Formats: sequence, C-alpha cells, structure tokens
Amino acid sequence: MYVSADLLLNALVAGLLLGGFYAAVTVGISVSFGILDIVNIAHPGFIIVGSYIAYIVNAQFGLDPIIVGILGLPVFYALGALTYQVYYLSFEKRGQEALRGLAFFFGLLFITEVVLILVFGVDYRYVNAPYVDKTVTVGLVQLPMRMAVPCVMSLVMLAALQLFLTRTFLGRAIMAVAQDQLALRLMAANPIKIKRIAFAVSIATCALAGAFLIIIQPVEPSIGREYIGRVFAICVLGGLGSLPGTLIGAMLLGIVESFTATFYGPSWAPAVAFGLLLLTLAVRPAGLMGR
Amino acid sequence: MRSSIFFGIAIATAVLVFLLAHAIGNDYLFYAGYIVVQYIVLATAWNILGGYCGYVNFGSAAFFALGAYTSVFFHKTYPLPIPALLVIAAGVSGLVGLGTGYLTLRLRGAFFAIATLALAVVLQTLVVNWNYVGGSRGAYVIRPSDIDILGVKLDYIQYLFLIIILLAAIAVTIARAIERSKLGYGFATIRDDELAAEASGVPTLKLKLIATTLSGALMGMAGAPFPYYIGYLEPASAFGLPYAVNSIAMPLIGGTTSWVGPLIGSILLGTLQQVATVTISSAVNLLLVGVLLVAFVIIAPNGLVGLMQPHLRRMGWTWPRPSSKSKASASASAASSPSTEST
Repeated sequence: MYVSADLLLNALVAGLLLGGFYAAVTVGISVSFGILDIVNIAHPGFIIVGSYIAYIVNAQFGLDPIIVGILGLPVFYALGALTYQVYYLSFEKRGQEALRGLAFFFGLLFITEVVLILVFGVDYRYVNAPYVDKTVTVGLVQLPMRMAVPCVMSLVMLAALQLFLTRTFLGRAIMAVAQDQLALRLMAANPIKIKRIAFAVSIATCALAGAFLIIIQPVEPSIGREYIGRVFAICVLGGLGSLPGTLIGAMLLGIVESFTATFYGPSWAPAVAFGLLLLTLAVRPAGLMGR
Repeated sequence: MRSSIFFGIAIATAVLVFLLAHAIGNDYLFYAGYIVVQYIVLATAWNILGGYCGYVNFGSAAFFALGAYTSVFFHKTYPLPIPALLVIAAGVSGLVGLGTGYLTLRLRGAFFAIATLALAVVLQTLVVNWNYVGGSRGAYVIRPSDIDILGVKLDYIQYLFLIIILLAAIAVTIARAIERSKLGYGFATIRDDELAAEASGVPTLKLKLIATTLSGALMGMAGAPFPYYIGYLEPASAFGLPYAVNSIAMPLIGGTTSWVGPLIGSILLGTLQQVATVTISSAVNLLLVGVLLVAFVIIAPNGLVGLMQPHLRRMGWTWPRPSSKSKASASASAASSPSTEST
C-alpha cells in the first residue's frame, strides 16, 4: 500500500489531537482508580451525562459547551462527593468493594444509560458552537477546530490538576492517601474526607470531558461503553496514578487508533484500545510511568 | 445429598417442567421460558467465578456470544446437531476463559474485571469484521420446523427448550457439586482472603483458572443453541449489555454463596423481565434490573438467600453449608502442597 507523507502526517496530528481529548476523559479515572483504588467503571456514564447537560444548555440557551462544562464543575463535584459517600458507607467500610462495589458502579453505568435512552431516545445529539465546523490548514496539515479546541482545553485541565496534586496541601494529602492511609490518620487527617474530595474532583472532570466529547462527536447514550475500555487502557498503559503517564498513554492510544482508522478502517478502532490494554496487562502491568 | 442423587432430581425436575409446558402446549410459554432458563445457566456459570471466588466477570456476553457464533460458524460450514455444538462451544469459550484468566488473574482482581469488559469489545469487533459469520449485518440461521427424537416428533422450539433446561440442570448440579468439594473450599478461601490462602499453600492461580474456564465453558454452552432460537443473530444483540448485567444481577440478587441464589435470582428476575417486556417496555425492564442490582448490593449484600436465612434458621432448618471457619481449615489441609505460583 502506498502511503503519502501528508496522509501519514495528518493521521499523526489527528491522533495527537484525539489523544489530548482522551487525556481529559481518562484523568478522572487516573485519580479515582489510579490514586484512590476505586474501580469506578461508571466514569464514562458520568461523562455522557456531562455531554447531555452540555447539549441541553447549548440547545436551549446557545451557550458554548465548554462554558457549560466549567459551570457544571461544582454540580459534578457534589455528585461525586455523594457517590463516594454511598460507596464508602455501603462497600468500602464493610470491606466489600471487590465484588459488590464493582457491581454497584456497573449498575450505575447501566442505569444512566437506560435513563438517558428513556428520556432522550437513541438519536445522536450534537452541539453548535462557532468553531465546530471550522478547519485551519497549516502547510500539509489540517487542523479541525472541533478536535483542536477540546485538545487544548484538555491539556489546560490536565496541567491544572497536576499542579493541584503536586503543589497544594490538599493535593499532596490526596497523593498521601494513595500511599499510606494509616500514616495519614496518625497525622490527624481524615483519609475518608480526603478520598471524598479526590473522588469528587475525579467526577467533576466529567463535566468538562463530557462537553469536549459532544464537541468532537455526536453523542448517544450507549457510547459510554466504548470509553470504558479506552479510559482503563490509557490509565493502565500510562501507569496508575501518574498524570504525565496518563497524557502519554492517551497520546499513544490516540495515534494508534488514528492510524488504525486511516489504514484499516474505523470498524477496527474499538478493538485497538482493548488489545492494547490486554497487551499491557500481559507484558508490563505497571504501565509506562508506573512505580 | 450425594451429587448423583441431586443430579437425578435436577434432571427429573427439568423433564417434569418440560412435560408440564408440553401439556399446556402454548408456544409462547416455550419462547419466554427459554430465555428465563437460559439465564439460569448464565447466572449459575457467572456465580462459579463471581460468587465462589469473588472475581467479577463483566464479559458474560462475550462468552455467550462466542458460543452463539460457534454455532453460526458450524451452521454455515458443516451443520451439526445441537448437543455436539454445545460441546464445541464449551471448548471454545472455556479456552478463551482460560486465556483471559491466564493473562490477568495474576494481577489484582480489578484488572480481571476490566479485561473481561475488554474481551467483549475485542470479540465483538472481530465478529463485526468477519464476514463469514455475517459481519455487522448479522447471520440468518433457519431452524427446521420440527425434529424426531427417539421416534417422538417435537416442535423445534420445544426441542430447544428441552436442551436448555437439561443444560440448566447440569449447570446447577455442577455448581452444587463444586460447593461441596475440595475445589469449592479452595474457591471460598480465595474469596475470603486470597493472601492468607496463598500463604497456607492453596494453589490460588490454578483454582482461579479452573473457575474461569468452567464458568466460561458453561456460558458458551448457554449461547450455543441461541442462534437457532432467535433465527437471526447480529453482533450488537449477541454481545448486548443485558446479558452482562443480568448474569451479574441475578446471582447478586438471589445470593452468591450457594447454588440456590442464582437459581432463585434468575427465575424471579427472568420472569419479571418477561412480564415487564410484554406489559411495559423493554427499556423499562432493563432499568428495573439496574435499579434492583444497585439496591440489592447496597441494602441486602447477601441477596434473597441472605434475607431468608435467619427465618429458615429459626424454623430449625439450617442451611446445608459448612461454617466459614471449617471451610478455611479444610481447604488448608486439602491443598497442603506448596504452591508454585506467585502473585
């Protein structure tokens, strides 16, 4: 097969842009699964809810989806805190997170999907914003703004979160929870409270990630399932709990998926993430940047 | 009760149910009943790994569809009788279960759960891109209108129902036999404290692989007759989320520690769903399953069996199950050979 340079370059750039967006989708899982060890498979469900909120507000008031996402942050933060409280009281406290906790999140994912189908139907929804259908051409490379804007915003979000985790007192406390809960308790800090805050932050990222998602592609309720594999693949590939690792993993997956879609056809793309995940688990379960 | 006697009773019950349905003679009964009984097999199979070992499998649909597509493949290449397909499907799904388990069971439990989710999507993508078995368009499997067994002419749907209900009897017997065997005690140690089990010399990886293989094989067997039942199989429905959710919800709602739980759960929830599909809508019945699942794991962690247990005990009817203490010591002595696997 003949591969021209501009096709290759465009596939690469598309992959990088996609990867930036994937980083935003995964960063919540990196916090909840990577740092807190909470296997929140309902995460994509929250993202889809974020997408639908962006869609509703955009359709009703014509507000930019990213602004909706930023406004949605506190709402999702509260939602996350509530979810963690239920999870903690029902499972973590009783030591049942392995089986029933997983089933709980699976049920949540399933319920959000079915409720969205009941309310909105299975039609694809999309948003309108001035940049959605614009494309900037730089040399050989085409930069579709609907990919570039979410990508840049994702990077900003990731950087902000990384700064929060490494530079602030609370962020360091969150990292400490991951290392040694007992030690934290001896320092007279309440690990449950810190975990609640961290989990709430992880869900809050869904408000923005959902807005990005609906800018990039039309959304329907069951689309979240495709993202379960992606987010966990990226999270494991990058190394649990490492945000720079998440970014690298996301970029890698984005590029691999983009190349697969360009050269083999988009119908193979869903298998890429999971194939990569299985491969990582088999070869290097600690991930690229894992401790 | 010995397993052989139990097996006799289970088969007799299955045949009795079949004869009863046959006597009523309503075709709808067979169509609805088939789905309910199919869930008995799926839920029981899920529980062998999920309930006994404590490892969550989100990929029931993958194993189920694997069995179904094995049937489609042979239907197109060289049509075989359904009992033969059951055996082949069991082999294929069992092997895939073994492979997935081997890759991921050495890691923490969560990785296995995520990998099973992954498995479903990978297999679905493979099937979508495999034109021979229909690809994304799906495949038609025309079933004969009736079949002769031992000189008796049976409607094909009745024949399918007979097969699946016998399979359910076999699955439940296997689950019950495991519970009372050394294997079952080993599984229970993994569920209760894997590290302690490993330290006392239980070969945990080997036991987990046995459970994954067995559970996968049974799910594949549940899927094998399905193309003949449905007539038209397409990837999105064969790999559908309802299978994954139901086979998790049914044991958890029924109770995961014994074979009775999945049985009760699947009969109750399966029947409820059939009724809800007809009277309300199929989306609402899925919502029902999801809400029940979440409610039960929060409020009644041991399911319906757990709720009933105190009442049964008060009536002087103890559950035929050894206490957890004797379980642990039995398994420790049962598997005293030093384990070669390391986590």
